[in-house]
Amino acid sequence: MKFGVVVFPGSNCDQDCVHVLKDVVHQPVTPLWHQDSSLRGVDAVVLPGGFSYGDYLRTGAIANISPIMASIGKFARDGGLVLGICNGFQILLESGLLPGAMLRNVGLRFICKFVHLRVERTDTPFTNRFQKGQIVRMPIAHNEGRYVADPKVLPVASAQAVFRYCDDDGRLTDAGNPNGSTEWIAGLTNQQGNVMGMMPHPERASETELGSADGRLIFESMLQAHAYA
Amino acid sequence: MPSATLSRSRLTRRAPKPPSHGRAPTESSNGHSPAKTDIALLKKIAASHNLTPELYQEIVKLLGRQPTLTEVGIFGVMYSEHCSYCSSKPYLKQFPTKGKRVLVSAGEENAGLVDIGDGLAVAFKIESHNHPSAVEPHAGAATGVGGIIRDIFTMGARPIALLDSLRFGPLTDARSRFLLHGVVKGIADYGNAVGVPTVGGEVQFDASYQDNPLVNVMCIGLVKAKEIARAAAKGIGNPVIYVGSSTGRDGLGGASFASRELTDESEADRPAVQIGDPFAEKCLIEATLEALDTGDVVGIQDMGAAGLTCSTCETAARGNVGVEIDILKVPRRETGMTPYEVMLSESQERMLLIVKKGREAAIIKLFAKWGLSAVTIGRVTPDGKMRVKEGEKTVAEIPARALADNAPVFNRPVKRPSYLAKAQKLSLKSVPVPKDLNQTLLQLLASPTIADKSSIFEQYDHMVQTNTAVLPGRGDAAVLRIKGTNRWLAAATDGTGRYGYLDPAEGGRLAVAEAARNVACVGAVPLAVTDCLNFGSPQDPEVMWQFKESVKGISEACRAFNTPVTGGNVSFYNEGPRAAIDPTPVIGVIGLIDGPAPVSSAFQAEGDAIILLGETREELGGSEYLSLIHHRKAGRPPRVDLAKERALHELLPLLAREAILRSAHDCSDGGLAVALAECCIINPERRLGVRVDAQAVAKIRPDALLFGESAGRVVISCEPRHIGRVRDLAARHGLSVTVLGRAGGSRFTLAPWIDLHVDDVNAAWRSGLPAALQTGPE
Repeated sequence: MKFGVVVFPGSNCDQDCVHVLKDVVHQPVTPLWHQDSSLRGVDAVVLPGGFSYGDYLRTGAIANISPIMASIGKFARDGGLVLGICNGFQILLESGLLPGAMLRNVGLRFICKFVHLRVERTDTPFTNRFQKGQIVRMPIAHNEGRYVADPKVLPVASAQAVFRYCDDDGRLTDAGNPNGSTEWIAGLTNQQGNVMGMMPHPERASETELGSADGRLIFESMLQAHAYA
Repeated sequence: MPSATLSRSRLTRRAPKPPSHGRAPTESSNGHSPAKTDIALLKKIAASHNLTPELYQEIVKLLGRQPTLTEVGIFGVMYSEHCSYCSSKPYLKQFPTKGKRVLVSAGEENAGLVDIGDGLAVAFKIESHNHPSAVEPHAGAATGVGGIIRDIFTMGARPIALLDSLRFGPLTDARSRFLLHGVVKGIADYGNAVGVPTVGGEVQFDASYQDNPLVNVMCIGLVKAKEIARAAAKGIGNPVIYVGSSTGRDGLGGASFASRELTDESEADRPAVQIGDPFAEKCLIEATLEALDTGDVVGIQDMGAAGLTCSTCETAARGNVGVEIDILKVPRRETGMTPYEVMLSESQERMLLIVKKGREAAIIKLFAKWGLSAVTIGRVTPDGKMRVKEGEKTVAEIPARALADNAPVFNRPVKRPSYLAKAQKLSLKSVPVPKDLNQTLLQLLASPTIADKSSIFEQYDHMVQTNTAVLPGRGDAAVLRIKGTNRWLAAATDGTGRYGYLDPAEGGRLAVAEAARNVACVGAVPLAVTDCLNFGSPQDPEVMWQFKESVKGISEACRAFNTPVTGGNVSFYNEGPRAAIDPTPVIGVIGLIDGPAPVSSAFQAEGDAIILLGETREELGGSEYLSLIHHRKAGRPPRVDLAKERALHELLPLLAREAILRSAHDCSDGGLAVALAECCIINPERRLGVRVDAQAVAKIRPDALLFGESAGRVVISCEPRHIGRVRDLAARHGLSVTVLGRAGGSRFTLAPWIDLHVDDVNAAWRSGLPAALQTGPE
């Protein structure tokens, strides 16, 4: 399965995603430069974390109007697998491929730490290797990860939630919601299920020597989905 | 030029004044023939650049004529303490700088370079940004991060980690809270965006830093040993290319600003603080590393302190050639800039490249891909001169080596400080043992210097690049895996000002000992040292004595541990209106683990044996306990036995390699009791109690036993079946072993003096810093 990892100027998790895809799940990976329009025949696209174009404006706002995003929009509408991580999630929200928006974290601070997530859905190409209700650990690292959605959109978005922040027992508590996300939403898909955005970083939790390998299941789920597609 | 006027009017009386166009001597095109009245004015301007009349005469002699204004500025900044090390140079020669792993030693390039095997090398260096952070904490700290990162990737190394060593006044002071907040946010905003993880460091609070905080940043980079880039200009006729952000008036005179003490008027020096752009830096990292990969770059240097001035004359001097540039070609973000301003600007995120002739178009295109401007501004010349032209007009022409290498060296007077004799006197009889030692421990754990720092390091992205194997606070040192190898790189910083105040030589030894010990605790062999020497004004003979002693102590320890100094930074003039800071050498140590997984500080399992390595003496001088509980900064700091210390640093990696070591944590601030407490609570997911027979440790007063800071001690844990092996190996290393007790349960018991629920121990430690930050008015 051929993965494309998008590189915007200011992306800083692109090489981390390349490392996991190439050296941990052993798949071919190709970088996708922001000014190109070709997706180079990839089977799935990863939008990595970072500060695309510096994110001096609203996060993801500039990235959204890059040539590569026009191609990714079409790829997604045609059913291609797109995973947005952290800044990648923010870009997907900005592009409208996913519903909702991000506000600054409730504490108005950047937060980098391991959090617990509850797996809400396993019927997606990104989570078929998880158990429903499974509690997993992955790190977050963001300033603007407080998920919000219009009241009209929220019920739909919530139904598409794949990961929710939780405490170590899987309960949805205030203490277990690091950034104040609405309905504890940490990651969700679009209605078709082929586009997923998440604030936690699965690529930072794909090897046991880094403290957790739970994130690897996301990439392995994508492999499985592709194999049976 | 309204903007020029505005910029100048904001500079203080103390700042070097950029010459005003109206009345300054003009720079003639044939060189240099100012009128007589102009010479008097030139001398005055020279004086405002800290160039003494004697130095001015030397400059005239060197040039064979009167200098131009631009030249005065250039000499002023290159001869500043910050750039020339004019007061410290004679002492820094004492440092051991060679070693079998040292590929680039101190002063040769932008940072030191150490071989770590597998064809890889580590570039690392620590630098201060104290003054900027004192007047503009956010931008000051941010550009401190940016500057040290550039030093590392300039060598062709990818920056893989940052550590920060921070010192502030007590958090009861509103300004100290403001500074802490701004500095942490500055580090976070820059480091997080640029994608280099901030993996470690330390933060301490003491009244000595109230006016003048310390912000020292260490960066580590990884490079293939054969692909090191050099900061020397080579090849006559090769083009000199300016790369990165455009040049503005920001940071004008920053190096000079760093070379004088802070005063009430320093607020007005804010224009001397640069503004950082981490996005530009991130692009600069990627583009520069890509450019170096082409093999077309023959020399490279970043524009840090003294900007274009320093980078041109240093690359020329290193290459034993000349460099000629035309400043009209320098991209600018402001109009009407004078040659003086262009040459002295410290605008951030700029580099100077010397490229193979004919390859400039390809290199310029490569930078354009990353949205960065790259412009040919000059060429390498054979005459050894740094020549600055403004179009056809020559505005400066100085022998490059005279500027870069022949800066004046001052043999400043030294005098043993008058406070010392009194300060070193400490009769323990005058220090009452607290009645409730439980309470004393809780107080220590909650004190901001000792308390949990997660509210700070959680604001830093410490995991990007996916190498962080030991999370901040979980081990005595940061540990990074090196992908594609079975090696791990460890790094730690340390430095205690109080020890330095009471005995600077011992303070220097202790700083190296503790940083190296921290690295050994994670199972790594300490390899090399970088140092950031933070002191008061070198013009004060007592400060110079502290400096001299401190360097002596550091040198002794580095020799004893076989950890050469590969580079660093001297920061003088750390003084406020009240006094100089305590002498604070901050030592960064890197170490290598070859094979086994790194060791954390936290106890791992119920029933594990808890062992103390090293001896506990009745040493309370300079301790956190004495300061916090008895409000005294007195006595002599603990003595370091350098031979035993080294034996300890050898034993720990050995125990790790034999898979005996389950945890290791050194006894430092707050002594044995605090160390044991931290071992029990630092892993929030596995808190453990401990039952220890504290009386077995030594026959000394209980406060010294529990909270004294005797050096060379580490608390380790292992399975009980390995106790015998630990004893054997320790004996072979000449180290004493005390089996203290067992981990487990929910009580924290150091019989017969301390007995607490481990949750209470945890609560005190975790709430200490957040509570202190909420005290007083915002």
